[in-house]
Amino acid sequence: MSKQELEKVAGNGLINRRHLLGLGLAGVGVAASSSLLGADAGMNLEIPSWSKQPGPGASGYGSRSKFADDMQRLSGNPNPLYPGGGASRSPLHQLQGSITPNSLHFERHHAGIPDIDPSRHKLVIHGLVRQPLVFSYEDLLRYPMVSKIYFLECSGNSGTLFGPNPADGTAQSIHGLVSGAEWTGIPLYTLLDEAGVEPEAQWINAVGADAASMGRSIPLNRAMDDVMIALFQNGEPVRPEQGYPMRLFVPGCEGNISVKWLTQIKLSTEPSHFRDETSKYTDTRLDRKSLQFTYPMGTKSVITSPSGKMKLERQGVYQVSGIAWSGRGSIRRVEVSADGGRTWADAMIQSHQSEKALARFLIPWEWSGGDAILQSRATDSQGNVQPTRTSLVTEKGNISTYHFHGIQSWAVNTAGDVANVYA
Amino acid sequence: MSTLRKRITLGALCFSLCAGISSAVFAQSLGSPISESQLRGFDLIAPPDGSGYPGGGGTAIQGKVIFESRCSACHGMKGEGTSAVTRLVGGDMQSEKRPIRTVGSYWPHASTLFDYVQRAMPADAPKSLSSSEVYQVIAYILNMNGIIEASLVLNRDSLQQVEMPNKDGFIDSSQAL
Repeated sequence: MSKQELEKVAGNGLINRRHLLGLGLAGVGVAASSSLLGADAGMNLEIPSWSKQPGPGASGYGSRSKFADDMQRLSGNPNPLYPGGGASRSPLHQLQGSITPNSLHFERHHAGIPDIDPSRHKLVIHGLVRQPLVFSYEDLLRYPMVSKIYFLECSGNSGTLFGPNPADGTAQSIHGLVSGAEWTGIPLYTLLDEAGVEPEAQWINAVGADAASMGRSIPLNRAMDDVMIALFQNGEPVRPEQGYPMRLFVPGCEGNISVKWLTQIKLSTEPSHFRDETSKYTDTRLDRKSLQFTYPMGTKSVITSPSGKMKLERQGVYQVSGIAWSGRGSIRRVEVSADGGRTWADAMIQSHQSEKALARFLIPWEWSGGDAILQSRATDSQGNVQPTRTSLVTEKGNISTYHFHGIQSWAVNTAGDVANVYA
Repeated sequence: MSTLRKRITLGALCFSLCAGISSAVFAQSLGSPISESQLRGFDLIAPPDGSGYPGGGGTAIQGKVIFESRCSACHGMKGEGTSAVTRLVGGDMQSEKRPIRTVGSYWPHASTLFDYVQRAMPADAPKSLSSSEVYQVIAYILNMNGIIEASLVLNRDSLQQVEMPNKDGFIDSSQAL
């Protein structure tokens, strides 16, 4: 196919997504990573050394190639007075698909990771129930379980974008507090029904077994919906940093309420007003009133390639790729702009469009060496459209920096450098 | 309905509905009964209705000593903090500039202060303070914010009477879709 046949569907080089569907882009242009191929052109290929001797055999527990170990979570400098606090961010700019490997799933801890012996861990359900109950890990493994793919996002993700000046960051450093996984566990209503919820109960109060005994309150109607007690993550027992041996999982909602190392569920008429739902994880508006219990995460997308601090080495066709998600439904549409939002083209959504899960999107784009501003805009199954950063900040102010879900702008300059900008 | 009766009922129901399916369907009532009195040392929840406060008590004067030795490394000698996150004192939600949010200016319930210190503080040794020490330390934090007198004996009854300046500053959004 020649360059001339590519159908441009929006300004500054965006190409119809149908070119992704088996039509191919071979020979049309080359991406940054192909410079090595370019250097090899014309050389004779030989059998490599690893094809001439047997490698090591099978192993009990797998590990990645030593050539791929640069893929790491990114964490800030630990506070020596509070070493268990803090977070680490998923390398969104290096990942593909819509499932995050467990070793690269983002973390947020409030008092470090407890080293829990599952044979000594208890889950208690009490308060306004007919019969308070205690469950062991072994008990819970015997219940019928469900498996669902969901995203998890910290409500502080992308919060730096509320600030007055654009951070000089990457997709990972700005947006890496979101990940996707298949979670397997017991629907919470199963266990609540077993304990027998009293009619006056309106809230559950969930507490973890970490050193902070972190707690959150959740209305009973939400708790009886799609909430689960997750025991497995991508098929294996939930990792210690994700709540081993069990965590609450509240799909679509700010990550903090999916209480890790879950040990207590107390039913009550009123919420507990824990520190992490009063002092933190509340949203002060411009009128100085603060919204409390703001659970669902907004309709959001981010281009992960090209993204901040990458460099486009040569002109040609690139695959603009990213992830989109919504706490209120599935992703129905992602549009991409290469001219700062003046014109838009529909991207192809690659992965299955399931509720409250990451969706991978893709669209070809021809970079001709000029300035460009790449943006993506998601629409969910409820018709919610991702807002611009300006409209979000105008509406919410920036006293609080939770729940940022505005449009991300990546500027590409004539040298091919990609940077976070406000546009 | 007793748990035993419920198990039998559920078992019978499952048998009649799902006969032939593996015995896993019978494994639906595996929780063991426990009483609230058995959970007295386990349940740390202290909500605003005062139902979770233990006995004990003390004053800000007593709390100052504990605060200076156990809390000041992060929170400063006067609760001024060593970072924006650890500041406990001052601020004004109605200030012209961006408001500084602290225990004094922001927190809507005094119960949260008791609950959080009891479950999570000091950060290097959580749950190491006695109930009386928790009352004393939070009395000092409330006193530094001008919310209670230094001589007030804070206990389960007097803590229930404490009103926070920003008590009407929050909007419950829990049912927003």
